[in-house]
Amino acid sequence: MLGSVRPSRVLTTLAALVLTGAAAWGDAPENASGHAPDGAAGDAPRRVVSVNLCTDQLALALAAPGQLVSVSRLAHDADSSAMADVARAYPTNGSGAEEVYLLNPDLVLAGTFTADATVQMLRGLGMQVELFAPARSLDDIPDRITRMGALLGREAQAAQMIDSFRADLAELSRAPGPRPRAALYYVNSFTLGDQSLAGAILNAAGFDNIATEAGLDWGGALPLEQLVMLGPDVIVRGRDYPGQSRAEDNLTHPALRTLTETRVAGTLTDRDWICGTPQVLNAIREMRDLRLSMQGTQ
Amino acid sequence: MMRLALGLSALVAVLFIGSLISGYSHVPPWKALAALFADDGTPVTIVMREIRLPRALLAVMVGASLGLSGAALQGYLRNPLAEPGLIGVSGAAALGAVLAIQTGLSLSFALALPLTALGMAVLAVLLILALAGPRGASITLILAGIAISALASALTSLVLNLSPNPFAAADIVFWMMGSLADRSFAHVWLAMPFMAIGWALLASVGRGLNALTLGEDAAQAMGINLRALRLRLILGTAACVGAATAVAGAIGFVGLVVPHLLRPMVGARPSTLLWASALGGAAMVLAADIAVRELLPDRDLKLGVLMALVGAPLFLHLIYKTRKELA
Repeated sequence: MLGSVRPSRVLTTLAALVLTGAAAWGDAPENASGHAPDGAAGDAPRRVVSVNLCTDQLALALAAPGQLVSVSRLAHDADSSAMADVARAYPTNGSGAEEVYLLNPDLVLAGTFTADATVQMLRGLGMQVELFAPARSLDDIPDRITRMGALLGREAQAAQMIDSFRADLAELSRAPGPRPRAALYYVNSFTLGDQSLAGAILNAAGFDNIATEAGLDWGGALPLEQLVMLGPDVIVRGRDYPGQSRAEDNLTHPALRTLTETRVAGTLTDRDWICGTPQVLNAIREMRDLRLSMQGTQ
Repeated sequence: MMRLALGLSALVAVLFIGSLISGYSHVPPWKALAALFADDGTPVTIVMREIRLPRALLAVMVGASLGLSGAALQGYLRNPLAEPGLIGVSGAAALGAVLAIQTGLSLSFALALPLTALGMAVLAVLLILALAGPRGASITLILAGIAISALASALTSLVLNLSPNPFAAADIVFWMMGSLADRSFAHVWLAMPFMAIGWALLASVGRGLNALTLGEDAAQAMGINLRALRLRLILGTAACVGAATAVAGAIGFVGLVVPHLLRPMVGARPSTLLWASALGGAAMVLAADIAVRELLPDRDLKLGVLMALVGAPLFLHLIYKTRKELA
């Protein structure tokens, strides 16, 4: 889900040969020496390219006008990207080394799951590539914002963003009431636990995650049998993807319909759940509303 | 023969119960079986009735279909290497099923799934028989099988890679290796009519296959209509393999291993081998499906992996034995 490289390894290797050749000609970008990442606004990077859905969104929110030159292709997909509207103003890239190099950036933003071959090649070509690990808790979000602000030379905007995020989160977490037991249930019987961003969203919205009872801290397979036996108060399913796949059959298994005590919360948009950005507040708000509506019916 | 039939039936029954009491959640066996028969108001009943029972039933149905098809194909071609998975029939059926799912046909019309799988399986059997000839020489059979398998799996991968669904590509493993994880009664009812027709058709070829052991001329002299025999064999195999693959993916080697193991016990009579292989296939798939849940409970190990571990060495052994013919 986090940015991936489309071309095959063969193509990447070919690109490597071509690009190394190009670099040897002395056609290297001006930034080969590299900028200090935490420099003042004066020597902040002027051409920033993001190749990962989550760095796209942080950069879109923080970059100065004209600073960000390209976002990943997923950023335009409204189903995955919480900021697709804003992102449409920017050209996209396919996250491949060749494409990124030709954009001549002085800073490349990528995720730690971006294909290693791409990252190594870009670094080998003298680019500054900064990797962001996916957020696994709500506390990670201010860290990511601070780091992005420092890299882009936009510390003040970052600090402001963090302040309003903290204030909104405190406001949302205040809703009282009992804590229902919820299960996050995704394609192929996958679930996420408390040590994940989705688990943190669920907790902040006032739910206890059933993955903890199943002994899953971070997440993993939650067999349908186990889900039925644990009988959560609510099952939160991932969104419906276009087209068909056998892997999604578990979400419509007849056994789920026989759980009369359990509320199967239909499709929740997961674009707000993926990235450690202030957009997770939307997800928390949605889940909190679900919880409050359940209290009403009980 | 009676003893073999009783023995195999008892084995299937034991493994069926074994399949019902093995699963991810640890419920005491007696409690699990009690919850199956009487609704005790706990989730155990749902687990037993909606999850484990259809899974065990499908293991029996799929195993019987594949064992029977293997025995029938081997009897007709008089070649122990003929097996639906190896000669590409399962692969073609998987392609048909994938096409039905990815075009959305199976959404508007549920029977489209087994029907397209069956259609592609018919095509594959016809192609195999045309290429390998009536005597089914090993070399042409294997080469034709490799070609059809490769083409079918490549097209399956292509269709799944072109799907807009991000999880479709992960389905490739399922369609190539087969699994019964989280199948429901919907799949049982979907496959049942086609398998029943397939079993009936293949059960009727027993006498013809016995006669064929004496050669085609002798069989015709004994009043066997070879053309009708061939038609029933093609349709029966395709119905069995098509329906099995449509709900469980392509599970290889069942039709190879089971007839091979049982052949000495039935005195190499093709008609006896048919029902023996059906029972044996059911037992083998049940056993494999118990093993995938007990060995790696949270990994959804594919059935085809276990089958290949058992089947591939046997396949190599059989090729080694028939290498004179191949040379």
